Amino acid sequence: MAILIDENTRVLVQGITGREAATFVKDMLDYGTPVLAGVTPGKGGLSVHSVPVFDTVKEAVSRTGVNTSVVSVPPFFARSAVMEAVDNGIKLVVVVTERIPQHDVVEFLEFARIHGTTVVGPNSLGIINPGVAKVGMIGGRSEDTHKSFKKGVVGVVSRSGGMTTEISNLLTHSGLGVSTAFSIGGDPLIGFTIKDAVMKFEEDEETRAIVVFSEPGGTQEEELAEYVKEHGLKKPIVVFIAGRFADEFQGVRFGHAASIVHGEKGSPRHKIEVLREAGIPVADSLNEIVEILREKI
Amino acid sequence: MRFLEFQAKRLLESHGIKIPRSVLYGEKMPDFTPPFVLKAQIPSGGRGKAGGVLFAEDEKELKDKAESLLKGSIKGFPVKHVLVEEKLRIEREFFVSFMIDASVKREILIFSSEGGVDIEELAKREPRKIRRLEIHPFYGLQDYEVREILDVTGKNLLKLSSLILKLYQIFHELDATILEVNPLVLTEDGDFVVADVHLEIEDESLKRHPELGDMVSHYEEFIGTREMTEMEKRAREIDNLDHRGVAGRFIEFDGNLGLLIGGGGASLTVFDAIRKYGGKPANYCEIGGNPSVKKVAELTKLLLSKPGVEKIAVIMNVVSNTRVDLVARGVIKGILENGKDPKDVITVFRIPGAWEDEGFKILKKYGVKYLTREYSLDDAARMAVQGWQS
Repeated sequence: MAILIDENTRVLVQGITGREAATFVKDMLDYGTPVLAGVTPGKGGLSVHSVPVFDTVKEAVSRTGVNTSVVSVPPFFARSAVMEAVDNGIKLVVVVTERIPQHDVVEFLEFARIHGTTVVGPNSLGIINPGVAKVGMIGGRSEDTHKSFKKGVVGVVSRSGGMTTEISNLLTHSGLGVSTAFSIGGDPLIGFTIKDAVMKFEEDEETRAIVVFSEPGGTQEEELAEYVKEHGLKKPIVVFIAGRFADEFQGVRFGHAASIVHGEKGSPRHKIEVLREAGIPVADSLNEIVEILREKI
Repeated sequence: MRFLEFQAKRLLESHGIKIPRSVLYGEKMPDFTPPFVLKAQIPSGGRGKAGGVLFAEDEKELKDKAESLLKGSIKGFPVKHVLVEEKLRIEREFFVSFMIDASVKREILIFSSEGGVDIEELAKREPRKIRRLEIHPFYGLQDYEVREILDVTGKNLLKLSSLILKLYQIFHELDATILEVNPLVLTEDGDFVVADVHLEIEDESLKRHPELGDMVSHYEEFIGTREMTEMEKRAREIDNLDHRGVAGRFIEFDGNLGLLIGGGGASLTVFDAIRKYGGKPANYCEIGGNPSVKKVAELTKLLLSKPGVEKIAVIMNVVSNTRVDLVARGVIKGILENGKDPKDVITVFRIPGAWEDEGFKILKKYGVKYLTREYSLDDAARMAVQGWQS
């Protein structure tokens, strides 16, 4: 079994008639992921790469039995789209849209929490269970996806979409392979965090070790360190933190919206310190990730 | 966008919140009596300690001090506006802040009856003086919840709690990411007055608040606390050439190894690695989202225009959206238009992924060495530095 997505995943795409969505719908289909429905209000009856488009999630669910949704709608429509999915019983929502106002994110995350729905993102590239299914844009074209992601034993969780693929490619070419990879989103406020992913990997039979890709800003790494200090981990883990030079640039935003440092909090230096204090190895280079994993697996 | 103090105060005033009597220096002379408080308007905290807040006893002194503030910089920011305020007669000071806490995924209220202080220092010194309240996403902030955390009584309790609720409404309805009033002053006359305020609203959210349209950002041409260099301004113009992808967040450094790197996370990774191997970057940047050939070519030419830059490293993570062939074409075009030979200039080209075969074909044609996906970003950074040193 794998985490969150597997053979039973049946995908809905909200905002399917958008240009970006049309591209990744084709990529998902080519990869063998069952995309069974799309929703764009007012465009019911159309189809995108032969996937039927409905006006409402309610209709899409009752006609096709979808259980997972990818939300790719403009920022100000995202709140309502996520709530519509949650209200209609979808248990996993991957939000690709970026730049959603944080107050909207607060609301849809609360709604999802009450209903027991997992929200990955916003600003996520998606999730992949190599060779089984991919949800979202992750990996790009199917043939490219196959080159970067081979089934293996390492769980990947990354705050950067591009680096989800990069790290998976590194693991694939080192022969270790990837069990499941998450692009959790580069926004300051997200649903599914590093800690959530690590806890899932701990319970996953396929995963034998965990790699985390991090950046400056936020407190997710501090939360992970706290969790590990308290509960320990059964599986080996390696964290890589990019952007150490950002310590020189207070208040400047690099890369993703979340990667901004205010004071000591959120700085790579601080993160590395608390992670190491909790006994979590922090790799000093990408290549070292593989070296550390080889020692521990 | 971070609002300057006077912008934020005008906004609060328009919502019926009391602010000190004030004028912007140069707009008109104060119609209130001295002493005056002069406050440099910069997008940063810690202004008082840096000499950005002065006092004047009469109009002559006001003029002298305002002019001297306007000639100088505070915390790296040249002062463009000076706010002149009446000096409040302070009875008590409070701290009130609203923000979004990503770890609890809610709006929170932070309150302290010790205002006018650095809240992080207070948190270390006397954590019990700081009250924190998580706000329910659907029910919002309730008046009794506010009353429960305030340590005032009598009619001040009612005044203060209703002011805090009003601030919350503004914070929530304007999509602010932070609204911090420090200090909130209780005057000797018994009024609650916002003495200083820090307000930030996400740029994207501004689009659904057309009423804020005339609130311009006065410090856009800044990176952190320094003004953009000419090269950085030019890079921003290039990024705005068209809407195809990004070739942005360009920061100039004093080395001479030109970097065309992307996307966000990979740029951070590569920049660290280049430095670790002893490379001296001429710049930082983030390309991604499939930028046009033109953007990449112009950015390449910009890099080569920097004195001393003879070598460029082109490194990205395995791409799935950006097309390798388009980046390759852009870089080669830029180098050729600069009258140089691509194979001499490019120390390393490492972008595997979408349309890589087409990209590699172009690079091969010009004799440029490229690395495939078997080489990590780390390997690429190391080889880029080797090529730059030789």
